[in-house]
Amino acid sequence: MNIARRTGLRIRQGLRALGLCGLVCVPVAAQAYEVVDDRGRTVTLAAPPQRVVSLLPSLSETVCELGQCHRLVGVDRYSNHPAALAKLPQMGGGLDPSVEAVVAARPDLVLISASARAADRLEALGLKVVVLEPKTHADVRRVLRTVALTLGVPVAEADRVWRHIDAAVSAAAQSLPASAQGTRVYFEVNRAPYGAGASSFIGETLTRLGVKNILGPELGPFPKLNPEFVVRANPDVIMVGARNFAGMTDRPGWKGLRAIRDNRLCVFSLDESDVLVRPGPRMAEAARLMAGCIAGKTAAVGAAARQGGAV
Amino acid sequence: MATAAGRPDTGARRAMWLGMALVLAACGLALLGLAVGSTGVEPVSQVLSALGDAVVGPRGDAGADAAISAQIVWDIRAPRTLGAFLAGALLGLAGAVAQGLFRNPLADPFLLGSASGATLGVAAALSLLGVSPMATGWVVRAGLTGAAFVGAVLAVLLTLLLAKGVQHTLRLLLAGVVVGVVLGALSSLVTLLSPDILQAMQSFMLGSTGFVGWAAVGIMAGVWLPCLAVGLAFSRVLDGLSLGEATAASLGLPLGALRVALVAVLALATGTAVAQTGLIAFVGLAAPHLVRSAVKTTHARLLALSSLMGGVLLLLADTLARGVMAPQELPVGVLTAVLGGGYLLWLMHRRVG
Repeated sequence: MNIARRTGLRIRQGLRALGLCGLVCVPVAAQAYEVVDDRGRTVTLAAPPQRVVSLLPSLSETVCELGQCHRLVGVDRYSNHPAALAKLPQMGGGLDPSVEAVVAARPDLVLISASARAADRLEALGLKVVVLEPKTHADVRRVLRTVALTLGVPVAEADRVWRHIDAAVSAAAQSLPASAQGTRVYFEVNRAPYGAGASSFIGETLTRLGVKNILGPELGPFPKLNPEFVVRANPDVIMVGARNFAGMTDRPGWKGLRAIRDNRLCVFSLDESDVLVRPGPRMAEAARLMAGCIAGKTAAVGAAARQGGAV
Repeated sequence: MATAAGRPDTGARRAMWLGMALVLAACGLALLGLAVGSTGVEPVSQVLSALGDAVVGPRGDAGADAAISAQIVWDIRAPRTLGAFLAGALLGLAGAVAQGLFRNPLADPFLLGSASGATLGVAAALSLLGVSPMATGWVVRAGLTGAAFVGAVLAVLLTLLLAKGVQHTLRLLLAGVVVGVVLGALSSLVTLLSPDILQAMQSFMLGSTGFVGWAAVGIMAGVWLPCLAVGLAFSRVLDGLSLGEATAASLGLPLGALRVALVAVLALATGTAVAQTGLIAFVGLAAPHLVRSAVKTTHARLLALSSLMGGVLLLLADTLARGVMAPQELPVGVLTAVLGGGYLLWLMHRRVG
């Protein structure tokens, strides 16, 4: 209910809208309704939008997850899931959208992230813009509801999708053998190195899986670490995207790390990395990917330990 | 070193004192650097015992913890600390050479486009990694270090080509600036096309000594010593140039050949430092100014002292970067700018007052 208050939906009764408009407005058959976005701005929509441009991959995925993929008329160049999106015109990136291409597509709604500066420009050009910034598990649920409200999809449908996702995350957690519980994991998001802290989206998934993140919540979502910290923590499993994995084992002092020595490395492909880092409806798939790798790596080592006697 | 005249030379004496102070500071900071890590500042005794373990192997009862502590001190902190000094020393030397060569107090090691060349090299390598399996093989072997070095050297060669050699100082400066801007724009383009590398690029551009190992220390030391030797040997041309191009020529110095040698020192020292640590701003610009504010002396001493000063500055910045927010790290480039720039501003303020 808190979420409903935050999104601030206020559906006006058609009659009341008519009354407020008085002589100026043409009476509309559909109910006008309002949505409050992540800027706190109220966006009024006369009717459920049918031509939608999404400029953030996780928002594109959310629209499609709600079964409304057919309403998309354009996406940013990084929206690559589901595969059907490849047929849509690409309108630049989330940070550098092609304003002209968006306007030319005559959308009645633009979904965009808060870090894009284009929102104001698009609004000034007369487009309806809803700004959404999913960062956490709770945000995924909230954004699902807000997108549903915006598109005129029953909120119950968003809640149903969420329950499905949430159950799948729990199932992924339960698929982990008891021996894998409490495995100490380091997830590197970037070779600087930046790690995924407990308060990040990735960290929340790790917590749900019941494994231990070596980066506590006090470090914030994506701390830039002293590499020595990872060596001292000596995690059981290291998770990293293929792009950032190159050269990791050659870092000074990292060869002796338990995870590297015993090859307990989860190196995720580019497509898998997209799933892992996007706070969107594929978070259950992300949880499955992580759980699958942890189970595989810890089982292999367990078996080796049993064969070789005490380690 | 001292002038042939019998009376005491105050410049030379001050330079000697400054040199000794800088060597002492470097030693002190290096010891401190061994003790500062992801757990904050550790007692020196603990560090020394860890170092002992690293050399002779952990004593029987010490176990895994001691082995890890030994490894951290020996494999991570020691090369990192030495590497910070060496990278700073390379940049300080390059800065002093650049300012003398271009007779411009604003000159810095990155003036000939090496910084943007290195950035483009790293951006290209990062965006290729993981995208094309063909590229991965050799890019990984050469590594980002190789990409940065190749980029830096190619950029300097391009600058020299555009300037048609080193004879014309103004032309060389202009060519360096133009090459820098063009290559910088290309790096931005590459970054824009593969935004996954954005954070990695940012950390390269702010510089870090986090992954400097013994191999990198060896390379930097191997480049630093000959560069310093060449710089010192040819420093007379910088003394001559400080009196003006015509005067330098009238002194009978083989200006062309010496210039080529000094540009090579500049490019090699900068390229090596950038390849190992990323773009660490301001050390090369500030170090010669800090030395000049303390002592007026010949270019031979200025080069040596600037190199030491650069090393000390980066060592200090790196130790703080590790220690202030442990286990998180500040970008070391931010600290060099704050430390070096802050001190420089204070000096200027005092002089005006």
